[in-house]
Amino acid sequence: MFQTGKTKVALLLEALEKSYGKIKALHHLSLSVEPGQIVGLIGPDGSGKTTAMRIATGLLTPDNGSVRILDIDPFIRPRQAKELIGYMPQRFSLYPDLTVSENLRFFSDLYLVTKHDRIERQERLMKFSRLGPFTNRRASKLSGGMKQKLALMCALIHTPSLLILDEPTTGVDPVSRQEFWNILRELAEQGIGILVSTPYMDEASLCDNILMMYEGRIIGTGKPEDITTLFPDKLLEIRDIDITEIKRKLQMKYPTLSVQRFGDKLHIPYSDEEQFETIKSAVPDRTQVNPIKPGIEDTFVALMSKPNITADYISEESG
Amino acid sequence: MASLEQNTDNTAVLIQNLTRKFGKFVAVDNINLTVSRGEIFGFLGANGAGKTTAIRMLCGILRSSGGNAWVAGIDINKKPELVKRKIGYMSQKFSLYNDLTISENLTFYGGIYGLKRKVISQRSRDLLDRLKLVGFRNRMTGALPLGYKQRLALGCSVLHRPRVLFLDEPTGGVDPVARREFWDLIYELSDQGTTIFVTTHYMDEAEYCNRVSIMDQGRIIALGKPTELKQEHNVKTMQEVFFDVVQPVIT
Repeated sequence: MFQTGKTKVALLLEALEKSYGKIKALHHLSLSVEPGQIVGLIGPDGSGKTTAMRIATGLLTPDNGSVRILDIDPFIRPRQAKELIGYMPQRFSLYPDLTVSENLRFFSDLYLVTKHDRIERQERLMKFSRLGPFTNRRASKLSGGMKQKLALMCALIHTPSLLILDEPTTGVDPVSRQEFWNILRELAEQGIGILVSTPYMDEASLCDNILMMYEGRIIGTGKPEDITTLFPDKLLEIRDIDITEIKRKLQMKYPTLSVQRFGDKLHIPYSDEEQFETIKSAVPDRTQVNPIKPGIEDTFVALMSKPNITADYISEESG
Repeated sequence: MASLEQNTDNTAVLIQNLTRKFGKFVAVDNINLTVSRGEIFGFLGANGAGKTTAIRMLCGILRSSGGNAWVAGIDINKKPELVKRKIGYMSQKFSLYNDLTISENLTFYGGIYGLKRKVISQRSRDLLDRLKLVGFRNRMTGALPLGYKQRLALGCSVLHRPRVLFLDEPTGGVDPVARREFWDLIYELSDQGTTIFVTTHYMDEAEYCNRVSIMDQGRIIALGKPTELKQEHNVKTMQEVFFDVVQPVIT
């Protein structure tokens, strides 16, 4: 079902299982990344995103299931797989007291890139990332956004076909994040497959395909424009100058209602017109109550809190 | 020039011509701002714009090079030590003790702020309940997921009931559900009269603030309610406002 046409899939994970002791980190996880496609993994801490990415790179062995990188099994042919993968871990992994170009040189040597190739690629990557003027600056003296760009360039020095990026833009300001994503889109246009995790919902909407992860499972998947159709109910928005009071009254009157505050607005899921009217009649006349289209974040939160999912990742009071 | 008399009961933070230089580099360049009691104020800007330098001065950690500010009525230049005791501060690098349990971290911070044992245990109990950490109180902090550490760090920063709470990128790297829960706590504190001064890179969170300012190269270049700023720039989101006013780094 994942093999589409004759082109090789950049990354194929099938039925992955992984436990750490009693904790089940991945339940039967499958996903694919096509060449030229950006696939986004979104999910809370401990949902298994990093575990899935580490298994995909071949750094971590699954208990069950298979990994293929352009048809190559990284656990049987690790060297070949390594050539194909560029990996950017969540934690900044460059050498702070090496300069920009020394870091690139170091990663080139790790990947056995020849001197000739290195010089040619470094020039191209510096231009592409606009890090050129900072070639001799120490990594520790770069801004957050520039550090992340350098880490990405280090992951690209051996011209991989698949990029695995674990929360590459966390803590980076909006302008630098936008620039980083423009670079990712250009790389995808060159045919690289990209698997990226992010906590930013606005970034999820820049992916070609979104996978929502929770407790080791994929709970929702789709294109950014389609995924909001998975929202199980309808959604209404309430606007009022005294939103605190409105929220308090609604929750007192209807304790089961899920009321979420966003600044001067409330979002409430509802099932039908009758419930909509009930909520509307419970607030003052001046208050605006309107049905709205749920966003990616609303959808994610709704799918996460579906009761059929058992909370076995963190069990209370174990120690 | 305005004086202390302006600092009425309803003003939580008053900043006048505040400046900080590092050698020739002007990190904070003559900023002015008034934040009211109970207000949730979003202090936005690109990396390196001067936000953290400004916050460090307001918290009494860093001396100013010029201008002045009053936080909870206290002069930051004259009484930086008192400022530190009266405010709450939570940074992205939580500064929790990983090899203490959740309860022990709360007790430790209560002790630092000079609270009595009885007060600490009573407030800890309330906080653990509100932060949904009761079941985890005897867990080692180091082994907790990020979202839990974040709630605990917030708890430690409000144990002494500060009038002004500074949050420096409190939600970096936290998932959407944890972020929603965190903001619920922020609203609760604000409703009780605590002033919240928050920096964030999430522009959707900027929309949740009562007012925001945007800093660029040490200066405040935009200030107002999110709805006003969006109208002014004729855009739909705070993200677009941000892109409109902040110059991209020229490399």
